[in-house]
Amino acid sequence: MKILVTVKEVAEVEDDFEIEGLSVAERFLEYDLNEWDDYAVEEAVQLQEAGDDVEVVTVTIGPERSEETIRMALAKGADRAIRVWDDALADADALDVAIRTRILEAVVAEEEPDLILSGVQAADTGFGATGVSLADAVGFEWAAVVNSLDQDALLAGEGAKVHRELEGGVEELTDVELPAVLTIQTGINEPRYASLRGIRQAQRKEIAETSLDDLGLDASAVEGNVHLTDMYEPESESDAELFEGDAGETASQLATVLREKGVGAE
Amino acid sequence: MSDVLVVADHRRGALRDVSYEILTAGRELADETGGDLHAAVVSGDVESFADDLNREGVDAIHTVGDGAEFNHDVYAQAVTALADDLAPEFVLAPNSVNGLDYAPAVANRLGLPYVSDAVGLAYDDGLVATREMYGSKVETTVEVDADSAVVSIRGGEWAAAEGTGDAEVSAFDFDLDESAVRSTVTGFEEVGGGDVDIADADVLVSVGRGIEEEDNLDLIFDLAEAMDATVSSSRPIVDNGWLPKNRQVGQSGKVVTPDVYLAVGISGAVQHVAGMKGADTIIAINTDPNAPIFDIADYGIVGDLFEVVPELIAQFE
Ligand SMILES: Cc1cc2nc3c(=O)[nH]c(=O)nc-3n(C[C@H](O)[C@H](O)[C@H](O)COP(=O)(O)OP(=O)(O)OC[C@H]3O[C@@H](n4cnc5c(N)ncnc54)[C@H](O)[C@@H]3O)c2cc1C
Repeated sequence: MKILVTVKEVAEVEDDFEIEGLSVAERFLEYDLNEWDDYAVEEAVQLQEAGDDVEVVTVTIGPERSEETIRMALAKGADRAIRVWDDALADADALDVAIRTRILEAVVAEEEPDLILSGVQAADTGFGATGVSLADAVGFEWAAVVNSLDQDALLAGEGAKVHRELEGGVEELTDVELPAVLTIQTGINEPRYASLRGIRQAQRKEIAETSLDDLGLDASAVEGNVHLTDMYEPESESDAELFEGDAGETASQLATVLREKGVGAE
Repeated sequence: MSDVLVVADHRRGALRDVSYEILTAGRELADETGGDLHAAVVSGDVESFADDLNREGVDAIHTVGDGAEFNHDVYAQAVTALADDLAPEFVLAPNSVNGLDYAPAVANRLGLPYVSDAVGLAYDDGLVATREMYGSKVETTVEVDADSAVVSIRGGEWAAAEGTGDAEVSAFDFDLDESAVRSTVTGFEEVGGGDVDIADADVLVSVGRGIEEEDNLDLIFDLAEAMDATVSSSRPIVDNGWLPKNRQVGQSGKVVTPDVYLAVGISGAVQHVAGMKGADTIIAINTDPNAPIFDIADYGIVGDLFEVVPELIAQFE
């Protein structure tokens, strides 16, 4: 069985930051493996460890910098990685789901995985669409917001028996035929830390650099219809009373308010 | 082609709040495009859902009776077929867990651009959606450069439509391709139970990822004891296995309405806020003055919880 995991490097914004044009200024950004993808990688690696002959391949659309993140996934146990990048992509509208779908569709056509695991959403853009859009484009079945997967049943060829986490503490039990895309919710497992051995081994694993051309796509594939036109700090609607002073002073002011509200009263 | 089609959300026999909110979002957009507002409801007791959806400003309601509960294969087919038939300018779906499970597929099938989790919609010869990024730290506008699009909208951002409407209700005639239904919903399960019911607590001390390590939770339990409060948490604490699932506040956890909600090291992500915005008094302790939790807080301390919490404990001892 081959499992393809979509892995995105996401940017995190520092507490204090400035916006320059249509993006947060680079110096206020830190890059990391998308939280939701971390759980997806873990689920794939667990299946690889539990099953015979399970290969885990990651795919990332991202610039050279993202190799650091990809190595992290490799260090956790993925067998090899694909990184798609191109000059045309550097200028593409990162928010367009159709672009990501077209690229990943081409990767799926080459790799022919049985199962694709994707994070529910990316922490930076929060679109929450890639997995389901890709599934539909490649004709796979799918399930979104999966927080439990019966690994034994999957490895025994019984398809994916999943729980989808709905709102309000309710889970939906769903049986999904393979091939399928599952979008993975945090909490489904406990992502491992990469071991030193894993990190060393990751250095020797392959990250295949792939261009649009390699995938049989041309620059028109990354022309999109969804454009970012403005970015700003949201106007604070806050009318919160902020306590001023050092920790002792602020704590004492807060305690006064809390006591007025009857908190801690004997 | 100036109509707007909105799709309702329901679960276990009841329409969800967002179904009424999406009517408002849809009506506002239809006023801009100069078209009609069509609502669709798929699966379950569609006749009674149609009655409930028949509120002011709705021009037509289309029912699709296939299926008892949500199944994305049925939804994707039904909504696509309906959109093919009505050719609306915009299709709106809720950005609920079920919306996440079918709306991107509908966009793909219709070959339309997709914008998710919109918190605002404007129209000026084209659609401009407002969205948040980086966990609500920035707001963005996104322009759709196409004649039509599929958009999912965030719950809680539009008021629920009210009043009684005189929409034309009709069953949408549609041939479901059963062979393309390759997923089966087999049931539901409630999570939770456990030792305490945080929904009953008057005072909650809620802890988030700012606590950094499991061992540091002792500090929060000490504070809760001193304040005679109950400990709850944001999701990462539960994901890490540091607290049981029944302590999680939020969209997928519990909805709580205590007198006092003290959020310690919690950013205030939309899915968290969904569970606690009804608290009487909201207080936040957070190092980041821009953390979205401060937008809904009544009182706040911009500071390090590891300095403030011990002082606060001392105040109550
Ligand atoms: C479908 C779906 C459902 C979800 N359901 C839920 C849900 O039910 N409940 C929920 O909570 N989340 C839910 N989430 C996750 C949600 O999006 C956020 O990831 C989560 O709420 C973040 O938790 P947090 O605020 O504890 O962590 P973070 O967002 O990481 O925030 C940590 C905060 O701590 C502050 N901090 C750090 N150090 C300190 C310090 N020393 N002192 C003071 N402050 C400090 C930081 O400034 C930051 O604001 C859901 C997500 C999805 C996609």
